[in-house]
Amino acid sequence: MSDTLLEVDDLRVTFPTRTGLVQAVRGVSFSLGRERLGIVGESGSGKSQTGRAIMGVTPPQAEVSAKKLAFDGMDLLSMSPRERRALRGSRIAMILQDPKYSLDPVMTIGRQIVETLRTHEKVSKAEARERALAMLQAVQIRDPARVFDLYPHEVSGGMGQRAMIAMMLVTGPELMIADEPTSALDVTVQLDVLKILDKLVAERGMGLIFISHDLRLVSSFCDRVVVMYAGKIVEQIKASELRDAQHPYTRGLLNCMPRIGFERHPLPVLDRKPEWAA
Amino acid sequence: MTASITVEGLEVVFDRFRALKGVSLEVSEGESYGLVGESGSGKSTLLRAITGLAPVSAGTVTVNGKTLGKTRDKAFYREVQMVFQDPYGSLHPRQTVDRLLQEPLAIHGIADGEKRIERALDEVGLGKGFRFRYAHQLSGGQRQRVAIARALILEPSILLLDEPTSALDASVQAEVLNLLEEVRRRRKLTFLMVSHDLAIITHMCERLMVMQNGEAVETLTASQLIGHRVSEDYTRNLLRASEGFVRA
Repeated sequence: MSDTLLEVDDLRVTFPTRTGLVQAVRGVSFSLGRERLGIVGESGSGKSQTGRAIMGVTPPQAEVSAKKLAFDGMDLLSMSPRERRALRGSRIAMILQDPKYSLDPVMTIGRQIVETLRTHEKVSKAEARERALAMLQAVQIRDPARVFDLYPHEVSGGMGQRAMIAMMLVTGPELMIADEPTSALDVTVQLDVLKILDKLVAERGMGLIFISHDLRLVSSFCDRVVVMYAGKIVEQIKASELRDAQHPYTRGLLNCMPRIGFERHPLPVLDRKPEWAA
Repeated sequence: MTASITVEGLEVVFDRFRALKGVSLEVSEGESYGLVGESGSGKSTLLRAITGLAPVSAGTVTVNGKTLGKTRDKAFYREVQMVFQDPYGSLHPRQTVDRLLQEPLAIHGIADGEKRIERALDEVGLGKGFRFRYAHQLSGGQRQRVAIARALILEPSILLLDEPTSALDASVQAEVLNLLEEVRRRRKLTFLMVSHDLAIITHMCERLMVMQNGEAVETLTASQLIGHRVSEDYTRNLLRASEGFVRA
């Protein structure tokens, strides 16, 4: 951690509902250098909303507030929408869960990558195409020229996810937010996609925020893990020290999954304590 | 041991795509049998073919000694019930839990509905307070409990489980898996369970079949799998993948 890329201090995301205000994220603070940070939690823990608030794609009815939300020294919250837009996709990028829903179904994969690139950089069409093809190659798509002209429905989930990674990386972002990037994929394909992501993040020295519900996966992939429960961070821990996690919620999450070769009947379940959410 | 489900040379064809290419398996009474494979391997299609939800073009299915024809009669559904993957999609959004549970009873003309509904809800760990709620008022785990209650209310002997926990959080998954094990023990049920997760299958099942591209790759016992005594490369790959990400 030489330079701080992202600083988050007391981030709150509030949604108006019929029964009053609901805080999905309640005072989250962390900082990120050029490292891999995992954010883990169950559905409703606020992990995705944290990622979205940093990216600036929180739904319009929700309100984001923070004592500090700074990327590379720039205050994200006081920025104009225009400045924010320029940042999004060029210096901060986001990979979403399911390529089936997050790629444009009526545009070829190549055109989508070229569009991203030409939105943020002044490049000729020919050069954009070259760079898109090179990027597809970098995510280990065997025949980039063919995939370039395919529509999202014509490729498999793993291929679609690689295309999305290619699209997000083509502008050379410094911070990547990956929200459950492999949850929609088969286990065997998951590892391929993670390997590609790992390699590219390491090569380019990016900061990565990896959001997932799978604590074990995150701990094998990231340097540091933030565990969230009910909109708050309950524990921050180095991935290598996860075994010595202190918080009962973290330990419960680690324990409750069946593992090959560990016979436990019944499986231990989480005994949720109200004070965890306090 | 008598066979509960016997499948022989089962073929399922959608248009020109062969989703199942002659699959055979035998599940004994009271056994828990797992099907593993990646998406498109035909594991769910096999379950759906048994219940009559997929077009069978060749092969036979025998349940409790009776070979099934083209259509399934009511008696079949009293023996075999299914729990689907997505509890957000498998419960009617405009029916209360009570109404949902009454449906199978009405279809089969069962009289003691009141008692059965109470018992079924109790059995899956939902109190009476849940009886008149709608699906959208329940969490994912509670919905899956309702789906299990609906399957159990006819007192079947066989449960077909199609990825029953893959839409749930890990901690909720543990609760649902425990519940399934408990009802199986109490009611001496036969399970045929589909999952893409080897760990869940070895936890829940005694024997399993690994599938790929609509065919059986190999059949193993859970202890063979745990001991890594597998003969096919494909299974080995699955095993490696289930151990998580390892930096090269």
